[in-house]
Amino acid sequence: MENDHNPNDHPPEGSQMTVPNGGVTVDRTDRMVIRFAGDSGDGMQLTGNRFTDAAAIFGNDLATLPTFPAEIRAPAGTLPGVSSFQIQIADWDILTPGDRPDVLVAMNPAALKVHLKDLIDNGILIINQEAFDERNLYKAGFDSNPLKDGTLAGYDLHSVPMQTLTKEAVKGTGVSGRAVLRSKNFLALGLILWMFGRDTKVTEAWVAQKFRRVEAVKNANLAALKAGYNYGITTESFARQIEVRPAELPPGTYTNVNGNAALSWGLIAGARLADLPLFYASYPITPASEILHELVRHRNFGVKTFQAEDEIAAAGAALGAAFTGSLAVTGTSGPGLSLKGETISLALMTELPMVIVDVQRGGPSTGLPTKPEQSDLFLAVWGRHGESPLPVLSASAPSDAFEVAIEACRIALKYMTPVILLSDGYIATSSEPWRLPDIEALPQLEVPFATAPNAGDKFLPYLRDLDTMARPWALPGVPGLEHRVGGLEKEEVTGNVSYDPANHQLMTDIRAWKIANIANDIPDIEVDDPDGADLLVLSWGSTFSAVKAGVGNARSLGASVAYARIRYLSPFPPNMPTVLGNYKKIMVPEMNMGQLSRIIKAEFVTPVISVNKVEGKPFTSDEICDEIMKAAGQ
Amino acid sequence: MTYTRVDFQTDQEVRWCPGCGDYTILASVQNFMANAGVDREKVVFVSGIGCAARFPYYMNVYGMHSIHGRAPAIATGVAITNPDLSVWVVGGDGDLLSIGGNHLIHAMRRNLDLTILLFNNQIYGLTKGQYSPTSEPGKSTKSSPGGSIDYPFNPVSLALGSEATFVARTLDMDRKHTTDILTAAHTHKGAALIEIYQNCNVFNDKAFIQLTGKTERYANRIDLVHGEPIIFGADKEKAVVWSEGGAKIVDRASVNPNDIIVHDAHAEDVSAAFALSRISHGPYGPTPLGVFRDVYRPVYDQVLDEEVASSQAARGKGDLLELITGLGTWTVD
Repeated sequence: MENDHNPNDHPPEGSQMTVPNGGVTVDRTDRMVIRFAGDSGDGMQLTGNRFTDAAAIFGNDLATLPTFPAEIRAPAGTLPGVSSFQIQIADWDILTPGDRPDVLVAMNPAALKVHLKDLIDNGILIINQEAFDERNLYKAGFDSNPLKDGTLAGYDLHSVPMQTLTKEAVKGTGVSGRAVLRSKNFLALGLILWMFGRDTKVTEAWVAQKFRRVEAVKNANLAALKAGYNYGITTESFARQIEVRPAELPPGTYTNVNGNAALSWGLIAGARLADLPLFYASYPITPASEILHELVRHRNFGVKTFQAEDEIAAAGAALGAAFTGSLAVTGTSGPGLSLKGETISLALMTELPMVIVDVQRGGPSTGLPTKPEQSDLFLAVWGRHGESPLPVLSASAPSDAFEVAIEACRIALKYMTPVILLSDGYIATSSEPWRLPDIEALPQLEVPFATAPNAGDKFLPYLRDLDTMARPWALPGVPGLEHRVGGLEKEEVTGNVSYDPANHQLMTDIRAWKIANIANDIPDIEVDDPDGADLLVLSWGSTFSAVKAGVGNARSLGASVAYARIRYLSPFPPNMPTVLGNYKKIMVPEMNMGQLSRIIKAEFVTPVISVNKVEGKPFTSDEICDEIMKAAGQ
Repeated sequence: MTYTRVDFQTDQEVRWCPGCGDYTILASVQNFMANAGVDREKVVFVSGIGCAARFPYYMNVYGMHSIHGRAPAIATGVAITNPDLSVWVVGGDGDLLSIGGNHLIHAMRRNLDLTILLFNNQIYGLTKGQYSPTSEPGKSTKSSPGGSIDYPFNPVSLALGSEATFVARTLDMDRKHTTDILTAAHTHKGAALIEIYQNCNVFNDKAFIQLTGKTERYANRIDLVHGEPIIFGADKEKAVVWSEGGAKIVDRASVNPNDIIVHDAHAEDVSAAFALSRISHGPYGPTPLGVFRDVYRPVYDQVLDEEVASSQAARGKGDLLELITGLGTWTVD
């Protein structure tokens, strides 16, 4: 098993014991990594998500990592067509979906070819045996059949005739022809549920609801699910079960959520807390589209969604909505953020509140559209023409996205500024248990709309609040406040067009000061440093989970190391200089080629150990641990 | 409240070139607003970039001078989030047909409640004289010294092809006609596009002389009036009839009066309006002016408002706790 430890309260080794249970051995372990892999048409995401729900409701802590091919349907049976879903379940507070799987389910030779190298030695390998025919072996690039040639000798191999079993199981349910084998993922799921000692009730209820309108499909899936489960019970080949007990998580009510959903809910909450209607405009783009899909389901919250003709129009419509007093949001991924830049500049010039969500993916250009990366940081902080500072925040996990989204709304509304909120494809699609916040305790977001002229009988749109330097927000429909805003430089106070050189300097300074001053309204960075380390590892965004787990591993190996997460990337929290000054070495792991590193070097004139990776997948805790050990040994 | 034109003027100095057609249009719009009794605070003007796009600064209503080409997109957000507002878009031919062409056509097909004033002067004025997407082929400009090889848009044809529910054409110089068209567009629910031939006396002077000249205009103005036969000319000696699959100009005396097209702006089928828009591809000879099309289709912002209202009626106004527990929960003690 790979190391992935909570650095504070868990022993370093995975504990394991064996308990006899009739004819079946039960291995009890503290955590397990399971990976489902198959052709993109094999339903692996569905299988993974169903297993995730069963594990969540059982009470395990968990983290997931879905991996999709970029193509909708690459040719069946080929390596590019492989889709996978990894989940780590544990009886304690884990952070990452795990590094290498303990159990691999491979539905075809291509899936085996892609994923076998990751499976741990002696790991459990479950194979859809009948898919290993000559044609599929050829497509996956196998010269001989790995089920027969000894390739898999080092694994706990279970070659299951899934297709025959599925065909038998679904007889009499009414499905026929090619539809029959579509239920085979439920057969695999049933088997895995048995292996981990979970019953099938949660899944059965889901199937009954999901397929309620197609009786035959519902019955076929249920039959396959049970057949898989029973196969585990009755087949001697499966002589052991694995027990991962419920996790001892902090008391509370939990739900299992992915980052896009949590972020969407945070936007809805932000609007509700501000008592504003939410307007969300976007153009479909992977991996941000699910935010649009989620929000459109909640029109009853007063949510208006708008699928625009392009990225620019989505940003423009959001800005128009901000002008009328909505909580305006536009969401996208990297290429879309490039296109929205000019509109964000206008939002900055007109000083209207707006949240721009960037679910980052691999770039440049179309890049790796389904894979995560953190390479839009420079774009977010600096990617606009002119002197155009704005706040940039990042979500560090699915369970963090709700709170960060509310915070982005708060800052946008209070300071009358566009705010960029960075998520990424990993946070967006992976899920984990989230301890629900106390809704009643969430902060109300005060929005002081202008209701009357602010200078005698005149309304001056740039007469600022001297605490925040925000200008008044006056909405069309209110008599007496008619005013014009626009992209030409504005004269301070009056908002009239001004080409005066001194005024441009003044307005540029005010815009910069307004954003810099937000540092006084955000929390300090919290550093976890139990024993006065020399080395500080800084994470931002989704590297948090691997950093926290990697630090835990390194500490268990004797390293003295501190870590912290940076949520606010512009402006930085007020204690940033102090924190950086407290350590001899600063390490910044990022899924880019060193963007935060360079910002820190430039702003704080301090050396940084930059740890970089752009492989379309998150850091593993082992990779972070190795870097820490290297740095600590220097 | 009763307004006069002065109530719609701002304290900002109007800075178009002396003699620009924009002055006339501004006066027409301000007079129209005052006479139509539009509530000033409910009017929003959104413009892009260009000479015409300065318009909002001179209207004492709510306004935004935005980004080149993006006014229809920004106005879309305004209209969607507050359907009570009277939302106007102002832009030139470069702004709305070149850099903003995509937003323009999508705003029209969605049928947002917008009135779009397309000031067509067939030239780039603010950037000092390059050919535009409505300049005539062969036009010699700073960026086309040997004559433009671009083929121009016919804005009315484009709007009709973009599923616009109201399409009209008018002239800056003819303030009465402009006012009539503004009135019809304002009455219309849904997207209304008005192409306004606007003279740029600095970079493209007399581009519309065939329609404005003292003698020429009688020969070339084809005034479309709903329910009336299409006849024109100094002595009404010309008529428009169907011929060879299109609308053709003929000598009125040469045809049976029953064969003269009677203009129907409310026809569901866009074909007749489109055929009329093809009579001229620019203001170089006989050219139709007036309302080409005025039909009803559900208005996007109202339909969306109704969706929200019906969702709230069915499900209540939403409870945050229900929202975040909607995927199922478990409790750890």
